[in-house]
Amino acid sequence: MSTAGPLQGAKAPSGGSATPKESRLGAMPALELKDLRKSFGKTEIIRGCSLQVAQGERIAVIGPNGAGKSTLFNLISGRFAPTSGEVLLNGHRIDGKKPFEINRLGLSRSFQITNIFPKLSVFENLRCGVLWSLGYKYTFLKFLADLDDANERAEQLLQMIRLHKKRDVLAMNLTYAEQRALEVGITIAGGANVILLDEPTAGMSREETRRFIELIKEVTVGKTLLTVEHDMGVVFGLADKIAVVVYGEIIAYDTPERVRANQRVQEAYLGSSVAHQQAGGH
Amino acid sequence: MNTLSNIEPGSEAERENRRAGVPMGLPGAAPARVPGRHSRKDYYEFKPYNVGRWIVWGGFALLLMVAPMLFTSSLAHTMLSQMGIAIIVCLSYNMILGQGGMLSFGHAVYSGMGAFLAIHTLNLVSKGGWPIPVSLIPVVGGISSMFFAVLLGYVTTKKAATPFAMITLGIGELVWASALMFPEFFGGEGGISGNRVTGPKPLGITFGPQLQLYYLIATYTFVCTALMFAFTRTPLGRMINAVRDNPERVEFVGYDTQKVRYIVFILSAFFAGISGGLAALNFEIVTSEVVGGPRSGAYLLFTFLGGATFFFGPIIGGVLMVLAGVLLSELTKAWLLYLGLVFLFMVMYAPGGIASLIMMNLRVASFGRLKEIWVSYLALAVTALIALIGAAAMIEMLYHLKLNAALGPELTFMGARLNAHGVDTWFGAIFVMLTGIGMFEVARRHYVRQWGEIQEYIEKEMKRRETL
Repeated sequence: MSTAGPLQGAKAPSGGSATPKESRLGAMPALELKDLRKSFGKTEIIRGCSLQVAQGERIAVIGPNGAGKSTLFNLISGRFAPTSGEVLLNGHRIDGKKPFEINRLGLSRSFQITNIFPKLSVFENLRCGVLWSLGYKYTFLKFLADLDDANERAEQLLQMIRLHKKRDVLAMNLTYAEQRALEVGITIAGGANVILLDEPTAGMSREETRRFIELIKEVTVGKTLLTVEHDMGVVFGLADKIAVVVYGEIIAYDTPERVRANQRVQEAYLGSSVAHQQAGGH
Repeated sequence: MNTLSNIEPGSEAERENRRAGVPMGLPGAAPARVPGRHSRKDYYEFKPYNVGRWIVWGGFALLLMVAPMLFTSSLAHTMLSQMGIAIIVCLSYNMILGQGGMLSFGHAVYSGMGAFLAIHTLNLVSKGGWPIPVSLIPVVGGISSMFFAVLLGYVTTKKAATPFAMITLGIGELVWASALMFPEFFGGEGGISGNRVTGPKPLGITFGPQLQLYYLIATYTFVCTALMFAFTRTPLGRMINAVRDNPERVEFVGYDTQKVRYIVFILSAFFAGISGGLAALNFEIVTSEVVGGPRSGAYLLFTFLGGATFFFGPIIGGVLMVLAGVLLSELTKAWLLYLGLVFLFMVMYAPGGIASLIMMNLRVASFGRLKEIWVSYLALAVTALIALIGAAAMIEMLYHLKLNAALGPELTFMGARLNAHGVDTWFGAIFVMLTGIGMFEVARRHYVRQWGEIQEYIEKEMKRRETL
């Protein structure tokens, strides 16, 4: 698919005429959790989570504060090793692997607290994100300026996250919303096909959130997306499915409509929020 | 195909696009700029035909070439040679400190081991064992240091930040202790000596005269500086900056941070080894102090003074290291104390080192406002000098009383005779110092106000230009 351009990462199978490998991938869940558990000391934070995410699906992970959503992301992305259970990425076991190994297999994540390279320019931030996926690894025998593919991709990412006017500004001098956009930019830069966004709109105003969600939708087209999100309006507009995490367990995992109707979810979590939205004719 | 601007979220059109995995471009977004034709990029990136860069590097080469013609004394030639060596080692240290955020207390291990291996190689050449030209012996030093970095660096770079610093300190002590335990290799207290006039002599160059050796050192200085600068423009060179800034994030873009640190550490040791090899040729003797803690401390101190945040900072640091070690130590016995004071003030008021001071003022100059503050600079310099004279008089009197008591209470300070026992002398010195400090404070307040105004103007001007 030519229009997809170089942004369809080297390791991200996507679109176009399906090769046998791609069709196999299509049938295989992009991400699968099997009875995942994590304890810190004697306290079990994640208490047996199982989940299947199909290729290209958008999943919103919701739940009250302290429910274990971020921990779940940390387990999937390799920040923490699970106590037991399995995580499969495109059919490969990734639990216990290091974050960079998991990233190389095609999973990328963003962070709840902005996690960028503050003393590098916006462009450099993005280029750092693309280098590995284009196979430059630890090379010191090539000039960055000569890496046309990496530079082109970083420039395109700049346009995508709408920071092309801030190309050479140090990341630490960006506004908060711009830093959040850059965070997402770095996350998608390597072309991973499974993207985890941990509260991407945290701390944003309603209007900023609305625009930002549009941006996220655009930049994750064709990718499998898991996102932690608190704004219910956003969740219902964005997600194909919703996973509700309460006390370290996934108590519901279904389409937004069914989750909305789920009695247990209403009792455990949504409650007033759903009632409010229904009353408002949302 | 639907563009993203006219599709509803969740609509059939959007799903179709998602299935196809298509529109990564943005609605209304300008086409991506093609690298190489990007005008602003040419300014920031390494381009072989960048005129400014040609001028800077040409100027550097010219300076290295003509320096011994401008300063013709043998002391000057010795110092210039040492400066070349110091520049290489400070730059190599900054590869890990400034660019990698790794605070090492044991960098002398690598320059020192390079020096030892180089002098042993030189002696082998002298014995007719190996036909290596003397001019390549520094490379032998570099390769041997790389070997040690491969071994020791693997352990060191397993950790970052404080544990890294502690491990380098430990390894530094370990090697220092070994130096005393293995006199066969390290030469004990007398060290290992050699003779650089040996081996094949192409074009009749013997490296006997200091000037010939200077030009060898200058060549290495230029090439190593260029290579280390080039390194900052490579993928690994950029990733080590990223590891410095945010190692956790680096792990999530596919890089093993330990490996990034490890490779850079090895490369840095290579250049440190080259400087060690050059030092071995320069002094024709290598003693165990070259691997010791004080040497590592000096690298840290002068790299920091020069400015670890800019590539050229350590070059200034290297020059200062030699000036302080050779000239200042001749001038006064209290030179380490003065150095300590300078370091203290630098860390407190200009943590970016001299390089950052230069760059900040260049920024002011580029906005055409430097002419407004040069009077303030003059006032600051004069008042600081007055305070310094007062303080220095006291320091010198104190040192005189402690170290030269047998010579009587009188000493010469800046051409004046001072009586270290006289109350009036001390009172006078205190008066001069306090007057200096008071005037300095007045000048400083005025300067800070001016500086603040100028910075505000620059910020506004930059924002204005951004919106154009």
